[in-house]
Amino acid sequence: MITLPRLPRLLHPRHAQVVAKAVLWAMTLATVGVLFYIIYFVLRRGLGHVGWDFLTEMPRRSGSVGGIFSTIVGTLYVTGVGVVVATPIGLGAAIYLAEYTREGRLTRIVRFGAESLAGVPSIIFGLFGFAFFVTYLRFGWSILSGGLTLAFMILPTIIRTSEEALRAVPQSYREVALSLGASKWQAIVRVVMPAAAPGILTGIILGVGRSVSETAAVIFTSGVSLKMPHSLFDSTRTMSVHFYTLTMESISEPKAYATAAVLVITILLINVAAYTLMNRFTRKFR
Amino acid sequence: MTAKPTVNVSSSGSSTALRGPAKLEVKDFDLFYGSFQALKKVSMQVTERRITALIGPSGCGKSTLLRAMNRMNDLIPSVRTTGEIVLDGKNIYAPATDVEALRKRVGMVFQRPNPFPLSVFDNVAYGPRAHGLRNRAGLRDVVEKSLRSVDLWDTLKDDLDDDALTLSGEQQQRLCIARLVAVEPEVLLMDEPCSALDPIATMKVEELMQKLVEQYTIVIVTHNMQQAARVSQDTGFMLLGDLVEFGLTERIFTRPTEKKTEDYISGRYG
Repeated sequence: MITLPRLPRLLHPRHAQVVAKAVLWAMTLATVGVLFYIIYFVLRRGLGHVGWDFLTEMPRRSGSVGGIFSTIVGTLYVTGVGVVVATPIGLGAAIYLAEYTREGRLTRIVRFGAESLAGVPSIIFGLFGFAFFVTYLRFGWSILSGGLTLAFMILPTIIRTSEEALRAVPQSYREVALSLGASKWQAIVRVVMPAAAPGILTGIILGVGRSVSETAAVIFTSGVSLKMPHSLFDSTRTMSVHFYTLTMESISEPKAYATAAVLVITILLINVAAYTLMNRFTRKFR
Repeated sequence: MTAKPTVNVSSSGSSTALRGPAKLEVKDFDLFYGSFQALKKVSMQVTERRITALIGPSGCGKSTLLRAMNRMNDLIPSVRTTGEIVLDGKNIYAPATDVEALRKRVGMVFQRPNPFPLSVFDNVAYGPRAHGLRNRAGLRDVVEKSLRSVDLWDTLKDDLDDDALTLSGEQQQRLCIARLVAVEPEVLLMDEPCSALDPIATMKVEELMQKLVEQYTIVIVTHNMQQAARVSQDTGFMLLGDLVEFGLTERIFTRPTEKKTEDYISGRYG
């Protein structure tokens, strides 16, 4: 017979329970508290300087005067390229993993690869993007280089969320479609994908969020130009890079915080959108 | 062991006198899930425009046999088969078989009503669209015709854009049958189509089957012996992968020749 070692009893179980609950509650509060404090901190210092002018005027004198219009445009372009490139590739990989292969060595390798890609520090992506897109392919510091680099960065997110969304679609939908004489591809396109769309969209939105907030990978690949970009080959500066530059080069603290405030609000909105969609999606299939 | 007193395809006994031409013939059919043999040398005949019922306790292989008839078992990677299932003279397990074309001809109604999370219209139009029908008027006609054939048209004609998942269980199952009818199949395989329905809904779906059999050949799997007795003309009793006995429903339920069949229909197990 196995006898468990008797632990010395420090507290009556009922008291231990009260303590545990209090500690866990405090930890949760700390997590949420930190988040809210950061948001409060940034908004308090920055929101006062954010106005319509700030959003619509071009930055002047390195950004110490004027607004951030060209960096908003730059952020949209770079993020747009990243998402437009990463979505089809990520979705394709997810469809392959979820629908066309059986669980095996290959899927494990692909999934491990994608997870590893997700764990690579963004500055390494920046370095790679600089070496490959900027220098080797001669795209220069440009929207294209930055967007492609971001595409690689958000690919794992899109693959994983899309694959999960596809797997969450009840197997019976596929069976029914096939039993009606539809091909596998028709079943995927006309039944499985529409049913998985909110989940897939969630992944894409999370990718957008990640792209908008990314700094290190973009500063190496899209550069820091404050001019209004006119083509994919123009250099541009995203909002996060602008914030970084304003702060690190001590150009303007108020402008830096104002930029940060816009950035934080943007990310919050993106996340709220993502989680709203995700909730709707999971409720539908429960 | 005595020979199985099945009504053999080639025999000319009195019980075959009532038979029309064979639509589907199962010939010495074995099916394995990995190393587990789920069907053992099954032979039977599904006759055109009749309802053939497969009965037997859970796990006897009746659903497996049904799903073998339009190769839905292909979806399970470990499945292996020997023998033949012949549809209108052609072995559907022959290598050259176009499985999608087969499934268009031999369609399936599942145990639980399973409409797509789409509108009523899009559910019924799914199959025709998958087979290339694109124009709106053509689709409308098919949808109307299919819904009429399951007696849903009058109820739903003004709600074609409603989400199919908001319908009642019985309506959903009817809709699933309409969705199947829309691809103009020849054989309808029904896998316990009433097991998720209440008795009144069950009765209505059974009435529908009697109407459908005027046009289609139907094979139904049911765990409900009364249902088999009520709706079918032919019945097969299965046990542990064997088709123990197959013959006219009336005879199977009144004068079974096999002891096991008698035990089952008299409720001694199952």
